[in-house]
Order: sequence, then structure tokens, then C-alpha cells
Amino acid sequence: MIPVFETLSGQFDQVVWEQSHGQDVARVPADDWYAFAEAAKGHGFEVCADVTAVDWMRQRPDRFEVVANLLSMSLGARLRMSTSVGRDEPTVASLTPLWPGAGFAEREVFDMFGINFEEHPDLTRILMPDDWVGHPLRKDFGVGSVPVQFKASHQVD
Amino acid sequence: MSDETNDPQTEVVDLWVAGSEEPQFQPTDEGAQEISAGETPDRLDAQFGRVIDDDYLFDDDVAEDERVIVNMGPQHPSTHGVLRLEIEIEGEVIRRTKPIVGYLHTGMEKTAEQLTFGQGPTNVTRMDYLAPFHGELAYSLAVEKLLDIEVPPRAAAIRVLMTELNRVTSHLVALATNGMDIGALSMMIYGFRERESILAFFEKTTGLRMNHNYIRPGGVVADLPPGWKDDVGGILKDFPRRLDQYDDLLKENPIWLSRTRDVGVISSEEAIAFSITGPALRAAGVDWDLRKAFPYSGIENYEFEVPLGENGDVYDRYRVRIDEMWESLKIVEQVMDAMPKGDYRVADRKITPPPRARIDESMEALIHHFKLFTEGFKVPPGETYVAVESPRGELGCYLVSDGEATPYRMHTRAPSFFNLQALPMAMADSLMADTVATIASMDPVMGDVDR
Repeated sequence: MIPVFETLSGQFDQVVWEQSHGQDVARVPADDWYAFAEAAKGHGFEVCADVTAVDWMRQRPDRFEVVANLLSMSLGARLRMSTSVGRDEPTVASLTPLWPGAGFAEREVFDMFGINFEEHPDLTRILMPDDWVGHPLRKDFGVGSVPVQFKASHQVD
Repeated sequence: MSDETNDPQTEVVDLWVAGSEEPQFQPTDEGAQEISAGETPDRLDAQFGRVIDDDYLFDDDVAEDERVIVNMGPQHPSTHGVLRLEIEIEGEVIRRTKPIVGYLHTGMEKTAEQLTFGQGPTNVTRMDYLAPFHGELAYSLAVEKLLDIEVPPRAAAIRVLMTELNRVTSHLVALATNGMDIGALSMMIYGFRERESILAFFEKTTGLRMNHNYIRPGGVVADLPPGWKDDVGGILKDFPRRLDQYDDLLKENPIWLSRTRDVGVISSEEAIAFSITGPALRAAGVDWDLRKAFPYSGIENYEFEVPLGENGDVYDRYRVRIDEMWESLKIVEQVMDAMPKGDYRVADRKITPPPRARIDESMEALIHHFKLFTEGFKVPPGETYVAVESPRGELGCYLVSDGEATPYRMHTRAPSFFNLQALPMAMADSLMADTVATIASMDPVMGDVDR
């Protein structure tokens, strides 16, 4: 753990710190999501490299996990922060006031998982058509198939 | 004593507007006809460019209906795929831009959840189709991290060789299309011509010109072909001359300079705030390269520099790409000279298939082969994020496994997707004609954006 993480863990006692294959992961309560990100930015994590989500369906009590990958160019370190949000109207604070670069990524998460980001300036669908129904990367969204008929083919003996 | 009178006719205007290069320009009356009733001297002044009409540049008080929204794309030759831009223009000046993406969305992240870990590279190689090796590498490194295995040194060296050659081909396309968009058509021909010589080597090694599916979890799928040193040596011998040719063509070309200098400027603060990575970030002067910061595949063993720009304009991004090609060739040369001997994939038969000859003589080999190609190998539960420096920036793979043979979730952090966000900021208050130059210099690949 680099010193910055110790400072951060002193500030947020609700946050659970984990090591995942040599990478630092902070499990943040959904209420602290923005405050923790703000503190991390203040401590040198100047880039929000990525925001994404995982749908855990019934494997976890809170269905969705929102993951943000922070990057510090000055410290040469990465920090992955994640939080869990429930299945009914999943909502988490937007990180766009801190990092405008999170805007597209959060729109993608909204589009693919239906997770709302509070105070996002333009929370609309980005990859799917605007009139699309459903959120494709949810585990209960079927892959679908196109029926193919082979009856015109000749019999092979 | 100097004359205090301020003659408006000779006032120096520090602003370039069409026709204002020579404010004192006096047309001769040779051959001129008499001024007709409609042509007042004021109108003639305006026609000869003596009146500088710049109110459209700085006057923000124009009525709203002066602004026009122009739709560019998704089918447009210089949007590099199916990018669509809604551009709000006021005269010739862009006020607001909205990039609209998703026209190439094929649900590859969903597809990845249906494919086994061994089939995964087939999928990710189709994302960034100009840098397929980097996508495969990021995915394979993530799977290997979850499996907690190390690839043999030869596999790592082959990966570096292929990805760095791929960086050259990708930058060549970026350069070629950037040139084509601005009008330097010979650059387009040259760029694609030279790329072909490297693609021929890719085809010889992997069987395909693109979408190689060559780098797979556990190593690479096949060893380098016989005579590869001659091929790579030929590329290394040929390219310095070619790169010098591009410099002759563009580096000090006044048309190229005026079209690219101070166009589409992205400062270092803006680049960091918008999560821009890759050449666009380094052109803004930020010394950040994942190959130096978080080295992968033993790339820290090779000597290379990280080229930087100063202003973050289109010209700097072009220079950074050219310089990166030189550095990549340096790496390729070092890899070629120090290519280790040994296996090109891990010997663990639970992960990589046995050699073809072993299947005929060993029952275990046959079982392993069958199991690998029917159900694949299982990966212990866990999550990881691995990023490589693709030609466009940080290409990351966030991989979650729940212990099955298919990923529970695979997410790609696509560099073009994030770089594209900065377009409205880079294009604001610039001229309409610079749009294509700015887009091309960000080098977006729509397969990477939409995935």
C-alpha cells in the first residue's frame, strides 16, 4: 500500500481495501462514491481512466457493481474503486464534475446497464439507438439469435 | 519625432482573415471600367479586401438564427468510419460540436461473455482493427494475470515484435488518412504502400493481414515463420528511407504547416481532464507512456525514447507519430537481435493445445486437445485490469471471471472512445475547414469506439 492509500483509508473508514492480483481495489459504499473520488483526485489521481460496471444478478445482494479505474501519472499508480448498487433504480453519483473524461464512459454504463449517474450533464444512450428497449449487458438480457433454415439443402448420405 | 496620427488605412491587423495579407494592396486601374452606379467606392474596397470584416469572429451578440447546425457523417469520407458530428456553425466558425457514436456497435463485450477464454482473442482482435495485436495482447495479458502464469521469453519477445510493428502500420494509416483529409494525397499513397510491406509479414506469420487472432492466452499461436529475420531486416532497412521521404514531403511544407500548426489545440490540462492517452496526450507535452510506466511483455528490456510535443496541435500529433515510428523500429531491431530461443507458448497443456504430432501418439494429448477446443479452460475467480499502450493510447481490458470457462464480464477501455470526447473542446471556435484535420489527428477507429 502506498502512503496515499493509507491517508485515504484514514479518511474513509467505511472503505474496504483489497488486493486483486497485485492491484489495489477500494470497495467504497455508494454514499461515499463521489467524496472518495474527490479525495483520491486531491491526492494525485488526476486521470479517470475508465468507468464500467458488472451485473452480478443473484450472486450478490446488491446486483450491480460500478467500477472506476483511476490513474495517477504523478505517483505512477493505479487505483480501482468499486461500489455496489441495488437492483431497483440503481443510482450512483456521477464523476463528471471531477473528470469530464468520465462522461462517455458513464453514458456507456447507463446505456448498457441502466445505472443512473446523478448530475451527469447528458445521460443519454450512446452506443445503442435512442429508442432501444432494455440494457444489453445485463445478464437477463438475452443474446438472441437469427433463425436459419437449412431445409433447402440437399440430403447427403 | 514620430507622427502621432493614426491612419486607419495602415493599421496593422494581427489577425488572419481571407484577403487581409496585404492591407495596403492597391489595384491598378489598368483595364478597369468606370464605376457603375451600384459599385460605390466602399463596395469596391470590400471587394479588393481593403476592409477587414472580422465581426463574425468575435461578436457573440448575433441573433440565434445566424447559427446553423450542420450534420457531418455518419457516411462521410473524412470521419474515419461511421462517426457522426453535429456541428453548430456561425459563419465559418464552429461553436459547438456533438459527436454521435454507436453506428458500428456490435456488442462485442456481450459476445465475449459467450466465448471461452481461448476464443476471446478472435473477438477482441476485431475491435481496433488497425491495431489488432494490441487488443489481443491486452486480453491475453488479463487472462494470464487471472491464471497467474508467465509466458516464455520467446513468446513475450514475439509479442513485442508484433505489437511494435503493428504500431508502425497503425501510425502509417493515421498519417496517410490525415494527409488525405488535408489534401496531401501522395502521403496517402505512400502510407498505405509502406504499410503493405509490414502486412505481408503479418500475413506470413499469422495467416491474415488483419484480425490475426495470433496472440492468445498462454503465448502466441505459432512460431515465427522460417526466414522471418530476412523479412524484418528488409523492413528495418527500407523504413528509415521512407520516413525520411515523409519528412521531405511534409515536415516543412508550408501548406501542411499552415493547415496543422495551432489547429485543434489540446493543452496538457485538458488532455488529462478528458482522459486522453497516447500520441494525443504526448503531443500536449505530457510524458506518459504505459510501456515506461507499467511495462508489459518485457518491453522494459529494450531501449527507446518517448517522443513529446509542445503545443498539442495537429502538427505535434503528426510529429509524435512519426517519432514513435522511429522508436518502434528501434525496439523491433533490438527484439530481432535478441530473440530468445525456446517455446513460444506455455507448456501447460491445460491452457495451450498440444503440438499436432503429439495428438497421434499420446492419449493425454488427444484428451487435452479435445477438452480445450470443446469446453475451453477454466479460469479461477477474480478480476483484473490490464492496459497496454496501443497506437491510440491506453487499451485496457477489465476481466472478471467467476470460475467458468467463459469470462463473466469483459470490458475494453477503448482509447479512441475517450479521445473522441475531447473533439468538441478541441474544435470549439475553430474554423470549419479545420474539422477534418482535427478529427484525423485524433486518429479514431470506430471499431474501437463502438466495439
